[in-house]
Amino acid sequence: MTETPSWQPSASLAALESRAQQLAWVRDFFAQRGVMEVETPVLGRCGVTDINIDSIAASPTPVGSSPSRAWLQTSPEYHMKRLLAAGVGSIYQVARVFRDGESGRRHNPEFSLLEWYRPGFTDSDLMAEVAELVCGWLGCEAPTTISYRDVFLRFAGVDPFLSSDTELSARCEQWMEPSRLQAFSRDDCLDLLMSCQVEPALAEAGPVFVTGYPESQAALARVSEQDGLRQAHRFELYVQGVELCNGYWELTDPGEQRQRFAADNRARVSAGKPEMPVDQAFLAALQAGVPDCAGVALGLDRLLMLKMGVDDLASVIAFPAERA
Amino acid sequence: MASYSTNEFRGGLKVLLDGDPCIILENEFVKPGKGQAFNRVKLRNLMTNRQWERTFKSGESLEAADVIDLEMEYLYTDGEFWHFMKTDGSFEQYPADAKAVSDALKWLKEQDVYTVTLYNGAPLTVTPPNFVELEVVDTDPGMKGDTAQGGTKPATLSTGAVVNVPLFITIGEVLKVDTRSGEYVNRVKSS
Repeated sequence: MTETPSWQPSASLAALESRAQQLAWVRDFFAQRGVMEVETPVLGRCGVTDINIDSIAASPTPVGSSPSRAWLQTSPEYHMKRLLAAGVGSIYQVARVFRDGESGRRHNPEFSLLEWYRPGFTDSDLMAEVAELVCGWLGCEAPTTISYRDVFLRFAGVDPFLSSDTELSARCEQWMEPSRLQAFSRDDCLDLLMSCQVEPALAEAGPVFVTGYPESQAALARVSEQDGLRQAHRFELYVQGVELCNGYWELTDPGEQRQRFAADNRARVSAGKPEMPVDQAFLAALQAGVPDCAGVALGLDRLLMLKMGVDDLASVIAFPAERA
Repeated sequence: MASYSTNEFRGGLKVLLDGDPCIILENEFVKPGKGQAFNRVKLRNLMTNRQWERTFKSGESLEAADVIDLEMEYLYTDGEFWHFMKTDGSFEQYPADAKAVSDALKWLKEQDVYTVTLYNGAPLTVTPPNFVELEVVDTDPGMKGDTAQGGTKPATLSTGAVVNVPLFITIGEVLKVDTRSGEYVNRVKSS
């Protein structure tokens, strides 16, 4: 696409005003709670190993010992955890983050992420704070909570923990031909059902937290056994079927983190994706000691979309990718 | 043959699916924050006109279909084929069969320009313009002064199409008709 984009913003002036108000509201929310605002690099020497998140590479001129390959950050997580290890206490950041190839009604490759960390909090403590922030701004009812397992049992008719791979795959045949499902992992099936079946059903429900993800989807959350099942202390908030945030009772064990990075990279290689450098500075911070904490990342553009009652990010972002 | 990856999918793209040429109508990117991305795609099969919904793992690709839309003038029919000619001055002609012409048949007027969709170089479908102007060749006698009633009667047009028209329309008049709905729009004054 070489054509010149329209010079005009795709968002209305009302949306731009509401964006400014939202930002002021967020800063006030954290000021009242004694949570400190921080800034961390947008351009870092490591990207992310997560198989489903692709970092955008940059090629800065090396200065001194800095590398000639750098990455636009997909989340400020590693840098913020290094600050936690340095003893900053509760912190938040309004970060601009980048995810390659994510573009659609509810995705823009560059977006505003509100990320915060609360030492001493558990996942349920932090869920209460997320609810105060989101419902306080949107004026919506308090969220209910449903487990990942129950939301699948109720809306997709499968058990994400106990149904066999064959059963999960068969459930996906409504959207994909069996021949193409053969290469699907268990998590691919669950992600397909989440996007095509569960999320649309949640659009009809009020605000709802989904908790207790399968261990394979723990990402950076700690895992424990609950009701005889290995579950990640991870939560997401859905408002009108829009996935707003992703939070963890954070994994702080450097050995376990190192293993997950290695497992990520093995999965990347077998999926034909490039291996990503592992962030050694982040691992060193974990080694030095990141305090027990819960953390969450919340999409501010999507929050504004809900506030404005629209269903397209282009209506709330001045210049989305196609106009950037 | 070229192929398109899911990140190139957009409305209007012509692709091959299950061996048939299809046009992408809508493409929606969905992805759980930490999960696999998918593209949910609505397509219309250009052979059958049926609408399909398919889901693709992001990064999958589809072969491009050799489908192009060209403006062509309708020349004549020999009974088996309907012959069209490119309007670019090349005088290149294309015979369209009954299946390709199908719905457009009742709107075909010699020397008018139609959109001919070529698949692998052969006419696949013929689409009339949204509005055509055609002469009335048969209808019941007009009932003057009865315009307020808003009643209608069938009128046969020069191409054989039958449309419902107001009662005051008479044989020999030229009408503007919407080909999408098959409805009368108005009389064309210039006749």
